[in-house]
Amino acid sequence: MNITVTVNGQPCTRDVEPRLLLVHFLRDELDLTGTHWGCDTSNCGACVVWLDDVPVKSCTVLAVMASGREVRTVEGLERDGELDPVQKGFSECHGLQCGFCTPGMMMTSRWLLDRSPDPTEAEIREALSGQICRCTGYENIVRSVRWAAEHPAEKPEEVTP
Amino acid sequence: MQVPANFEYEKATTVEETLALLARHGDEARVVAGGHSLLPMMKLRLAQPEALIDINDVAELARIRIEGGMLCVGALVRHAELLDSPVAGEHFPILHDAERVIADPVVRNRGTVGGSLCQADPSEDLSAAFGALKASAVIRGPDGERTVSLREFHTGPYETVVEPGELLIELRIPIRPGVGGGGPPSGGRYQHGSAYEKVERRVGDWPLAAAGAALWLEGGRIADAGIGLTAVRAEHFVAPEAEEVLRGAVPSEEVFAEAGRVAAEHCDPGSDQRGPADYKRHLAGELTTRALRRAYGRSQA
Ligand SMILES: Cc1cc2nc3c(=O)[nH]c(=O)nc-3n(C[C@H](O)[C@H](O)[C@H](O)COP(=O)(O)OP(=O)(O)OC[C@H]3O[C@@H](n4cnc5c(N)ncnc54)[C@H](O)[C@@H]3O)c2cc1C
Ligand code: FES
Ligand code: FES
Repeated sequence: MNITVTVNGQPCTRDVEPRLLLVHFLRDELDLTGTHWGCDTSNCGACVVWLDDVPVKSCTVLAVMASGREVRTVEGLERDGELDPVQKGFSECHGLQCGFCTPGMMMTSRWLLDRSPDPTEAEIREALSGQICRCTGYENIVRSVRWAAEHPAEKPEEVTP
Repeated sequence: MQVPANFEYEKATTVEETLALLARHGDEARVVAGGHSLLPMMKLRLAQPEALIDINDVAELARIRIEGGMLCVGALVRHAELLDSPVAGEHFPILHDAERVIADPVVRNRGTVGGSLCQADPSEDLSAAFGALKASAVIRGPDGERTVSLREFHTGPYETVVEPGELLIELRIPIRPGVGGGGPPSGGRYQHGSAYEKVERRVGDWPLAAAGAALWLEGGRIADAGIGLTAVRAEHFVAPEAEEVLRGAVPSEEVFAEAGRVAAEHCDPGSDQRGPADYKRHLAGELTTRALRRAYGRSQA
């Protein structure tokens, strides 16, 4: 089946089998290996990407179901060469050890901060509760998200038409 | 790597088109909503549909609205949307209680109300919540539309009255008093409260046991009560014997405890990796009592 998925703003057209999962489409067809593939059972959250603006577990979504839609992966977090505050937070606060869970953690964290710019620790833990860090570095992950909340990106200047 | 068997894929944009595609592909076709129950089963080859009809673009199924004195929740409403819906929470807080503890926020972004009910997992939470509220299900097929009480919806584990070729459209919960004389005989208003209580092994997991309660009170007495139970093999996810204890009674700690005792007695939990049967039975009783207590508190607020 011919599908076109807009990934990080780029329309990507490929011929795929309907049974291909989104996580493999991203990693194997588009070489976007930032999205990780872990449990394969929608329990760990390593594979989280945005589908039409909400984080989903891409091991449990068919690539064909994303056709005609927008997908955002960890590769699409930075803006104009500037890392997203969430990425900076994970770097500043030692939010990763092996880094396997990190892309998924960051995608959900960005979504949380867009909805709730100043989340409490409890809100951060709730938002990330479907994602597992095998290195169990949860304390620093929460700190990283708090850091991002305290250091929001500067808004691009309003352009008056 | 888990790979589903091959299948044909079609995307529908309306209910009519979905029904036509189901008819064209025959009995081995299945609709896919969030895919969070069906795709894992296909990956394990526990399900091998020959065709998948994707209903994610069927906007008419994705609405929450009040119509004809009823709260109507479309089959394609995501868990996260029901949790975020002020109108659902205002009338039936049990729905927010339940949604808050179904899976995790990312799964809730994708899984749907209709998919949950049609999957009919014996530990499914919404069946108990909607069961307590005495909701009904609207089902459409090639021969038209029918409405089925949720208490007749499940025919067994993973089985419902939704036939191949049919589509679950929405769940409807009467807001009493509503149009058509749904209120108390006195013509006044029911005081209503509802709540859901669940015990799980870890955040986001399926329940060891859970109970939902809904109370409608008039003149200091319980005019009607609904109790839903899940994961304890309660028939149709409800506890009618316990509801009988409550109907007509003056609400009290003793009555709520007695209803819990009767609910525990009439369910039939089995031992499994989540816990032993006697513990689950204990939970069914205790959680019923707690849900009733909280539902009553809300009705008086
Ligand atoms: C990690 C994880 C944890 C979970 N924890 C819980 C939990 O704690 N409690 C709980 O209750 N659930 C839990 N679930 C299940 C979750 O609620 C699923 O989203 C839900 O079971 C299925 O919804 P879906 O839209 O993904 O359905 P799908 O997988 O798309 O469909 C499921 C079945 O329903 C059929 N179907 C779907 N929509 C319709 C329709 N409109 N008409 C007719 N048939 C239809 C499909 O053909 C299929 O047979 C969990 C799931 C996961 C992955
Ligand atoms: S790989 Fe998708 S949730 Fe673990
Ligand atoms: S940093 Fe290793 S899994 Fe989280």
